[in-house]
Amino acid sequence: MTSQVQLEELKLESKPLTPANQPLEKYKVRTENLNAWFGNNHVLKDISIGFLTNDVTAIIGPSGCGKSTLIRCLNRMHELVPGARTKGSVLLDDSDIYGRGVDPVSVRRRVGMVFQKPNPFPTMSVYDNVAAGLKLNGVRNHVVLDKAVQRSLEQAFLWDEVRTDLDTSGSSLSGGQQQRLCIARALAVEPEIILMDEPCSALDPIATAKIEELIASLKEQYTVGIVTHNMQQAARVSDFTAFLYLGQLIEYGETTNLFENPKEQLTERYPTGKFG
Amino acid sequence: MNLQFITGLPGVPGETVGGIAPAIQGTLLLIGLTCVIGIPSGVLAGIYLAEFGNNKFGKAIRFLNDVLSEFPSIVVGILISVLLVVATHQYSPVAGAVALSVITLPIVTRTTEESIKTVPNSLRDAAMALGIRRWRTTISVVISTARSGIITGILLSIARISGETAPLILTILGSNFFFSAWNQPIDALPLRIFHDAFQADPFTRQQAWGAALVLIIIVLTLNVGVRLATRGRYSSSRTRL
Repeated sequence: MTSQVQLEELKLESKPLTPANQPLEKYKVRTENLNAWFGNNHVLKDISIGFLTNDVTAIIGPSGCGKSTLIRCLNRMHELVPGARTKGSVLLDDSDIYGRGVDPVSVRRRVGMVFQKPNPFPTMSVYDNVAAGLKLNGVRNHVVLDKAVQRSLEQAFLWDEVRTDLDTSGSSLSGGQQQRLCIARALAVEPEIILMDEPCSALDPIATAKIEELIASLKEQYTVGIVTHNMQQAARVSDFTAFLYLGQLIEYGETTNLFENPKEQLTERYPTGKFG
Repeated sequence: MNLQFITGLPGVPGETVGGIAPAIQGTLLLIGLTCVIGIPSGVLAGIYLAEFGNNKFGKAIRFLNDVLSEFPSIVVGILISVLLVVATHQYSPVAGAVALSVITLPIVTRTTEESIKTVPNSLRDAAMALGIRRWRTTISVVISTARSGIITGILLSIARISGETAPLILTILGSNFFFSAWNQPIDALPLRIFHDAFQADPFTRQQAWGAALVLIIIVLTLNVGVRLATRGRYSSSRTRL
């Protein structure tokens, strides 16, 4: 494993909260020396990274580098896996979501998530899928639900396609529509941050283009984090990009800078396909 | 077969009148009681094992459950008979239902656990990521997705117990009359078949065949009825990708 050797040679130290050393209050969420494990497997090593409010931050890196784990730590989904644990802090609006007495459920309401494979609830209609987060948290008022469903579907660019089929099964939609349905479902609970874990990897190019367009419009209201395998996608949709390798944050900066003049040798080599 | 057969009391040997109404009533009563005692316990145990049973206690329960499912029904019958019939000196519908519940418990527990385990984790993740609490996720997302498997297990167990004879001989005894009190013997279709099939009188032997047909019709009707009543709106839709 030559790349392993290279990494040790780099002697990475704890990096500052790039990009461009913004003042701390501009970060919607940031981690400080975040470590994560699955059992004995140390998958994230001292990550300090911040996502700026109303920007899209992409996380790139080869498979198994800890990209998904990193975003799953930001809404405490990581700990749902048996044997998983974390150390370090994640500050959401400057309060630690791993602090004593913090209810993970309330964190997840503020930090929404969209997964790799579209996963609508198969026993629910399109309407109920979108309303699920509210309904299952006790919202019964139909006016409120109707409004939230319409708003979320509009924000997810799906309203026009499903407005007449709100009663059909969520899983009868096409793959791309299902993924937008999942985005609408996440938006319905009015989170502050939307995290997406390779949202387009199961979709065709046209559906991917729609989701990318959607991401661009979401950042008006939300802070967006997206994990992707696809370098071009990171370049297209994100304002900032972080490059992760073997659980370490190698480089983080403005997307254009990172792709055009990477500071680290590894960052230069990965997108151009020389390793990974 | 005529109306008298369905609604009448068993006749006197040698005459050609008589019915199996007490047996039909008894079987329905036993199925009903078992649905109240055995099936909820089995479903709850299955949910516990699937969602929270990944520990030593869960393993022990799973092991005991497997052992129980291999118990011959006559052993269950004699056990419950000793505990409830001998202790109270009364044959009773309750003792019969408890014995049948012990037989349904492992079937329902196992099928519930297995069908919940087939629900993909991605659905649990999706629900948890929406800030839905764990118990709510289990009830509204996981169980609702596993519903048809759970119902299949329940129906299987009902089909199984509606034909059980051995434990009933030891717990409800059999009777020629309708249900009268919770501490009196009752009749049931399998007992009626067992009893009638060995009579010398040809009319009574015919009644055993009739009772067998009625038993099959009851099980079939229950099956179809429950399926129709619990059919989810989208249970037949496939996931397209």
